[in-house]
Amino acid sequence: MPIDIYLNVAVGGILAGLVYGLMALGLSVIFGVVRVVNFAHGEMMAIAMYASLLAFSLFKIDPLLMILPCAVLLFGLGYCLQGVLINRFITRPEHSQFLLMVAIAIIITNIQLIAFGPDARSVQTPYAYDSYQFGRLIVDADKLYGAIAALVVAAMLFAFFRFTRLGTAIRACADNYTGAQVVGLDVKRLYALTFGLGCACVGAAGAILMLSADVTPQFGPVATLQAFIIVITGGMGSMVGALLGGVLIGLTAAMAGLLFTPSIKAMFVYGILVLVLLFRPQGIIGKKTS
Amino acid sequence: MMGRLTDGLPRRALVLLALLLALAVVAPFCVGDYWLTVLILILYFAYTGQAWNIMMGFAGQLSLGHALFVGLGAYTTATLFAYYGIPPWIGLIAAVAVTVACGAIIGFLAFRFRVAGVYFAILTIAFAEFARTGFDNWSFANGAAGLFLPVAQYTHNDLWQLRGHPAMFYYVLLAATVLVFVASRLILKSRLGFYCLAIREDEQAARASGVNTFRYKMYAVMISAGMTSFAGMFYAFFYNNLFPEQVFNISRSIEIILAPLVGGVGTLGGPIFGAFVLEGLAEGLHNLLDTFGIDIPGIKQVVFGAVLLLVVIALPEGLWPWIARRLGLAERR
Amino acid sequence: MMSALLEVKSVSKRFRGLVAVDNVSVAVEEGAIFAVIGPNGAGKTTLFNMIAGEFMPSAGTISFKGGRIDGLAADQVCRRGIGRTFQIVKPFLGLTVEENVTVGALLRQRGVAEARNRAHEVLRRLDLYDKRFQRASGLTLPDRKRLEVARALATDPQLLLLDEVMAGLRPTETDRMVAILRELNRDRGMTILLIEHVMRAVMALASRILVLHHGAAIAEGAPTEVTRDRAVIDSYLGAEAI
Repeated sequence: MPIDIYLNVAVGGILAGLVYGLMALGLSVIFGVVRVVNFAHGEMMAIAMYASLLAFSLFKIDPLLMILPCAVLLFGLGYCLQGVLINRFITRPEHSQFLLMVAIAIIITNIQLIAFGPDARSVQTPYAYDSYQFGRLIVDADKLYGAIAALVVAAMLFAFFRFTRLGTAIRACADNYTGAQVVGLDVKRLYALTFGLGCACVGAAGAILMLSADVTPQFGPVATLQAFIIVITGGMGSMVGALLGGVLIGLTAAMAGLLFTPSIKAMFVYGILVLVLLFRPQGIIGKKTS
Repeated sequence: MMGRLTDGLPRRALVLLALLLALAVVAPFCVGDYWLTVLILILYFAYTGQAWNIMMGFAGQLSLGHALFVGLGAYTTATLFAYYGIPPWIGLIAAVAVTVACGAIIGFLAFRFRVAGVYFAILTIAFAEFARTGFDNWSFANGAAGLFLPVAQYTHNDLWQLRGHPAMFYYVLLAATVLVFVASRLILKSRLGFYCLAIREDEQAARASGVNTFRYKMYAVMISAGMTSFAGMFYAFFYNNLFPEQVFNISRSIEIILAPLVGGVGTLGGPIFGAFVLEGLAEGLHNLLDTFGIDIPGIKQVVFGAVLLLVVIALPEGLWPWIARRLGLAERR
Repeated sequence: MMSALLEVKSVSKRFRGLVAVDNVSVAVEEGAIFAVIGPNGAGKTTLFNMIAGEFMPSAGTISFKGGRIDGLAADQVCRRGIGRTFQIVKPFLGLTVEENVTVGALLRQRGVAEARNRAHEVLRRLDLYDKRFQRASGLTLPDRKRLEVARALATDPQLLLLDEVMAGLRPTETDRMVAILRELNRDRGMTILLIEHVMRAVMALASRILVLHHGAAIAEGAPTEVTRDRAVIDSYLGAEAI
């Protein structure tokens, strides 16, 4: 096969990977600070996707414009969820929190099934079939815009954590729960804020993803799994790791789909997950947590 | 052995158990085919829930990939029957071997490399998904197109080949469910049971008390996996068709854990009580909506999710322990 | 010369640049009650953890009954005959008192029935028999501490490692525990190695004391010598400690 095809598929994989990376970023942030494993992560992204779908089919609003509204919507959802429900589970064993999110995931997925039906729905933007050419490289417009948007959102999140007081306070909570309380930080509120931010990421990612993908109620669980694979590979709790993991998985899946049959690529990805879990559970970047 | 089995159970509980067993035995003569199917579903989830319970409730290892063992059991017995004419009960021996080996591999990898808690759960998901995509592409098992068993008439019941009337399947499942609970109770009272509970409570303290935690966790995983393979065989021969997408699906794994979680993890009454409650709710809901002529696919799962949510929040030890205490059915401690 | 029951030879433990235990040697004779004291962070629990098999020493050897045990896993060490308690008690909370101790007893007993009988013996000795059907989660701290000792005792050890077993106990409970330990030592010949801060208990029990400070041994000997040692007083006891 000519090198062009490899290149195009690879680049396509990387660009798609960035969007999944953004989704995984939310998961990583949540785990890194609140230490909750959000098993409903993909389902929340599906909420954002359906929201964008509705906005487009009812009001012809471009998904890219829905990034902010979806982020805000999911932020609110996450904030309430953490504040009302999950905060009570901080002292409960790990299994409990996990199962809580499993229950929520089941509920969300099936409400979507009831509301929207099992069929795949998608959005056709006017530029859906456009592409850009850079030398021998052909890049789909929707993938390109999506990747750029994802990078912008990710950058904003980085900046928030690095440069704002609130962001620093949140990082303090992540490092030391008790210490943060002693210093006077309202940890529960900061947790709620962080969960909200993580969900906002997922909301943004959902809106972006609507550009190039279909949504079905089953997409939620698949995306959740995808997010876990990315985050575990890249490193739980590491923001850079999440993006890197997303790119890596996106690239691997794309290339595996090209070199073998497309259905094998899933096996590849799960194979990688198993290997990472066994040999480097802290991921590429992450630090070993006790 | 009878003594060991019933030791510690209050008289009430024994009477209730005997009553339930009697009811269960005569049920097929009293209820129609529809309700028989419901009962089969209940027993199926009680069975798989209890098999899963051995890993989770006894040894504390959260598995979200049990559909893997169901699927392996199903495909092993089904392919042996469909291609080589090997009767399911013989095929079951192979199925148990396969699932136990698989469980051993997962357990070995996980425990050797210290994959625990949520990461362990994700590992089990990964294996199940790997199997799902693998079988989808495996032409021997007919891949995504599905494997079909030769369907037989209901004219006569063939227990050996598992072809026949639903009532026959019902009794087979009933017997298996009773066996699995008896086995679980015997395990609980044995050295294996004590050690697994100790591991579940505090693995480090268990080791300091001389327990070889690696070995006993392996036992728990292998037993759980082997038991689950029977459910796979049942599934294959009752429904007569297998699709990797359905059998290995993570939704199946989650279905399996619902009954024991709602009923009570680590207890013996939990999985069966949970199965009754959940299926009972589902049927009740179905009938309610039917009277209004509404059909909402997916509403059953929403209810299940809501019940799970309530249980996790309010009654984390499950419904059964709570009720058992109220009714004086709990074991004398 | 008969070798000691437990021989720790030049043992060190480094955690990435931090030296937790620095070249410590100690020999515990059979039938002795040996106390390890020292300020917090002196390396006492780290030493215990190495003996008990929680992790390996960075250097040095540990021998028990003549055989090397450094490098063995915790359950193997227990099987060799060393029982231990934890500084922060770790009972099997969901199990009853009886079940907790039965787990320990199963190590040496053939079956559950025998183990349960052995557990009853131990519970009676530790004064917990009446509470045997209570869930461990419902026990008070002193009871939990005795449960911890009972569970370790049920494994029929020759050496008992007790990590701050008096911590958090009121004086009457401390005396009770001291009495139980003394009895074990006198009647059953149980060798005991204990980490303790409660000097009242140390002086009442120990035939020999090792003092650790910053991971190193700064004194060892009979209680009366050690407590008068200048370095020990300066680093840990203070002039009015006893």
